[in-house]
Amino acid sequence: MFTMLNIHREVCGYCGACVSVCPEGALELIDAYLSVSDACVNCGICARVCPLGALEVTNEE
Amino acid sequence: MKSEYDVLVVGGGPGGAMAAKAAVEAGLSACIIEKRPAIGTPVRCAEGVGEELLTEFIDPDPRWIAAKIDGARIIAPDGGELNLAPDMAGNEVGYVLDRKIFDRELVWKAAEAGADVFVKARAVDAIVEDGLVRGAIVEYMGSRKEVRAMVTIAADGVESKFARWCGIDTAIPLAELETCAQYLMTDIDIDPGLTVFYLGNEVAPEGYVWVFPKGERRANVGIGISGKKSGNGHRARDYLDTFVRRHFPEGKIIELIVGGVSVCRPLPCTVANGLIMVGDAARLSDPITGGGIYNAMYTGNLAGKVAADCIGKGDVNREALAVYDRTWRESTMGKAIERNYKIKEYFITLDDEKLNMLINSAKKIKMDKFSTLTLVRELIQHNPKMLVELQALKKSLG
Ligand SMILES: Cc1cc2nc3c(=O)[nH]c(=O)nc-3n(C[C@H](O)[C@H](O)[C@H](O)COP(=O)(O)OP(=O)(O)OC[C@H]3O[C@@H](n4cnc5c(N)ncnc54)[C@H](O)[C@@H]3O)c2cc1C
Ligand code: SF4
Ligand code: SF4
Repeated sequence: MFTMLNIHREVCGYCGACVSVCPEGALELIDAYLSVSDACVNCGICARVCPLGALEVTNEE
Repeated sequence: MKSEYDVLVVGGGPGGAMAAKAAVEAGLSACIIEKRPAIGTPVRCAEGVGEELLTEFIDPDPRWIAAKIDGARIIAPDGGELNLAPDMAGNEVGYVLDRKIFDRELVWKAAEAGADVFVKARAVDAIVEDGLVRGAIVEYMGSRKEVRAMVTIAADGVESKFARWCGIDTAIPLAELETCAQYLMTDIDIDPGLTVFYLGNEVAPEGYVWVFPKGERRANVGIGISGKKSGNGHRARDYLDTFVRRHFPEGKIIELIVGGVSVCRPLPCTVANGLIMVGDAARLSDPITGGGIYNAMYTGNLAGKVAADCIGKGDVNREALAVYDRTWRESTMGKAIERNYKIKEYFITLDDEKLNMLINSAKKIKMDKFSTLTLVRELIQHNPKMLVELQALKKSLG
């Protein structure tokens, strides 16, 4: 089992709030497309902050 | 896009536009790169700005002014109202802008003055050589190229990734990021000349709801709450929906705006070798109101001037550029940020009962000219129960 950050791009409003709080600098907004790099440590801070709830740290089999 | 400029500006918001304009007016070559395909959109702002502040840099123009504001009202958790006349409300009254047009106007002015501008041009990394920032790697039209500069100005807003690529930690602490949602609403009953702020831990924990008019029956209705109060089922948008259902159930939503504003202290140092950080990128929005348009314009303009001065003298090291950092910290803006940070730190400790007491007692206070210290002193007189904490606040403000 491993954890990963899921981006629900159909919910995301590409505002950059998550980018500004990520301690690892793992998020990047490419205009309207939010991308996550392998620097992500799945801490979930970004997921808490998102005003729309577009981010989610999930457990995968 | 040339491969070399005197000044490269990353980001085409108010901070970047003012920086590029000041640089070219001082005789330098400058280029703005903006990653979005259009300047000013999507909007991430409630668009309120103080009259005196704005007119320091630009004459008001009906093309980008949506409303003229002549008063503010604060609503306490218990519904008590505190009305602020213009001289009391200070920077909270002035204009509600149309930032789609306003931001363009500022970039136009920079371009007319001689700056190059490129949209859909994104900095993807910094060029750093021997500890000196020398420009950016820019992705443009499907390819990456080096754009070198004597001074690079990071005006990339709340994301503030450029400084990170230069090795500066710009991450905002979770508790000090206000996560925001806003609707541009139409067909609602409002006072078109009045901005309204709702406080309270139920309405907006460690934040507030704002109603900023944009015409007779339209307004930006939005909310910011602390990142630490946000989570599933209680996000900014959830609070906003609750507020709107209660206050404007008939209104129509014609735009959804989301965003983040920092309410932390500014970065401990806003320059590095060959680099100046301005506006939101330097965490310069006001810790109480979240307002950052003027702060970005002021620091952008200052950065362009300091860059020109230092390039002229042939020294763009951190020590030389530090004039920028010192100047804004000593400015009225810098002092207001520091003072308001302390007030914010106190305010977030208040429960609704205390908020009610303070707001309702403030109604009785008459001041000829607004001064934070006079206000606190008066509040102490009116709230003997809160004597100790208010005195501590007063002391911290010096
Ligand atoms: C919901 C909300 C409400 C607000 N309300 C108010 C208000 O009422 N009054 C007020 O004064 N302030 C308000 N603010 C704050 C205000 O919007 C900002 O302080 C202001 O826009 C800062 O200007 P700036 O130039 O520093 O950054 P921005 O205006 O954010 O501009 C930064 C630009 O840089 C671009 N960029 C980012 N990364 C790159 C890259 N790698 N390459 C190229 N370009 C890049 C971005 O696309 C953006 O266009 C509000 C903010 C929010 C989120
Ligand atoms: S905070 Fe949410 S809405 Fe904003 S860019 Fe991140 S995922 Fe998208
Ligand atoms: S989960 Fe943590 S490390 Fe990963 S992108 Fe979000 S904030 Fe960054």
